[in-house]
Amino acid sequence: MNLILEIRNLSKQFGGFAALSGVSIGVARGERFGLIGPNGSGKTTLINCVSGVLANDSGSIRFDGREISKLPAYQRTRRGIARSFQIPRPFASMSVLENLLVPLEYVSNGKIEEAHDILRQIGLADKAATQSNQLSQVELRKLELARAMAARPQLLISDEAMAGLSGNEVSEVLEILFKLNAAGITIIMIEHIMQAVMKFSQRIVCLDAGRIICEGTPDSIVQDPGVQRAYLGA
Amino acid sequence: MKRFLLGSSGVLALAASMPLVFQNEYFFFAGYVVLQLIVLATAWNILGGYAGYVNFGSGAFFAVGAYTAVALYKAFALPLGLQILAGAAAAGLLGFGVGMLTLRLRGIFFSIATIAVAIVLETVVLNWHYVGGAKGLPTLRPTETPFFASHTVYLFFVMAVIAVIAVGAARYVETSWIGRGLRAIRDNEGAAECSGVPTLKLKLGAATLSGALMGAAGAPYAQYLSFIEPTSAFSLNHAVNALAMPIIGGMGHWIGPVIGAVLLGTVQQVVTVTISSEINVLVVGVLLVVFVVAAPEGILGLFRRFFPRKK
Repeated sequence: MNLILEIRNLSKQFGGFAALSGVSIGVARGERFGLIGPNGSGKTTLINCVSGVLANDSGSIRFDGREISKLPAYQRTRRGIARSFQIPRPFASMSVLENLLVPLEYVSNGKIEEAHDILRQIGLADKAATQSNQLSQVELRKLELARAMAARPQLLISDEAMAGLSGNEVSEVLEILFKLNAAGITIIMIEHIMQAVMKFSQRIVCLDAGRIICEGTPDSIVQDPGVQRAYLGA
Repeated sequence: MKRFLLGSSGVLALAASMPLVFQNEYFFFAGYVVLQLIVLATAWNILGGYAGYVNFGSGAFFAVGAYTAVALYKAFALPLGLQILAGAAAAGLLGFGVGMLTLRLRGIFFSIATIAVAIVLETVVLNWHYVGGAKGLPTLRPTETPFFASHTVYLFFVMAVIAVIAVGAARYVETSWIGRGLRAIRDNEGAAECSGVPTLKLKLGAATLSGALMGAAGAPYAQYLSFIEPTSAFSLNHAVNALAMPIIGGMGHWIGPVIGAVLLGTVQQVVTVTISSEINVLVVGVLLVVFVVAAPEGILGLFRRFFPRKK
């Protein structure tokens, strides 16, 4: 299997609290990969370590065959890892279009037409000139994805892009992610909305208290007693 | 770019021709202060306005420039041009150090740290006897200045050149790829980093440039006053002016600090002469409060509100 992301024995402590202990995950090129787990299980810490927002304490992260765990976040983005944030972090003083120009200028050296293209794909074309602090919640989520795409990623990490959205909006965002995946981008989806993550993912890993408790296809995951215990506390 | 070059050469030509218009030396004495404020405000804006790191220690950068110049003049009798370059280099180095602080300190914590840097440096200079320590050091002006009517006129022109360079540098930073990166840092540093912006490099660059320009503004200070002592060189007034003027003028655009500095600097000079030199500090304070409350986008923001540009 051709792995684009290979995480081995990753650990991260916050003081005396082990957010991640010995997590190993491999994600194949072009895969739709789901990451689930109850609140506080370490999902966001894991992708913070992958994207470089946090430095891992031990273990290795290889992307595209190269060790990246010592690189600053911006260089990981330049190598092809882009992410959206759980709580949208727009560049509030800029228009929607300008938000996309930041990664276009700093990562992909793209032209402004590319930004317009992305906005069209994602359904924000009519908002290009809008100041990004005027956007609605669903538009902000789309902007997060659009800005990540402007970095021309090979691997896109979507951190709860659908939390708080209505049913229609969830399908809208799902459709965007399916389209991106069809275009060859590997996608890691972190999500609490089970229908979405079950429908989207080819393979799912469930984290609990910083450890992997289960890995498999969506069908096998829901059957797993460990997962049921983690979620239902039974 | 062409227009800017044309404009700046126009400004310099205007500065050079001032002695033909004004015979009174006081005009140049006061004009020097306004130009110095333009440099300080513009330099502050590069880090504070574009990148959002509020520096309360501008006085320290100014004084490091001034004292570097004095020390080098006393030791090697360096000419003013080299003094300015050395002052800029020393203050730029300090800026680099302060830029390293941004690794761990953000927001108000960064600002407090810059005050601490200023206090530490002032204490050092107070006890540095070679440059006069607490009692200060009189500095001799050169007896003759070729091409210029007097030394004050000469210094006025020198500061005009520094101001044009400072504004040019700020404009370059703002309109190039660096500007968008700095704005991204101000809006959200984590998201900027994840969008491929090398945040540390940009912050270090902005802090170094900002510091160097403040140092350049400070370098001729001792010659201007024929005297230097730590309390006025490190004065909190420099810091307050440097941040009040961009806020009042408008922080988003390079012309904002220039507008703020010209307006406030002129008002301060008029108030100093007509009322008292203490009131002018009050003027800045009151205007700062008024603008922060009523027009947070500054004069530029007001202008844009009343004359919206068509897109």
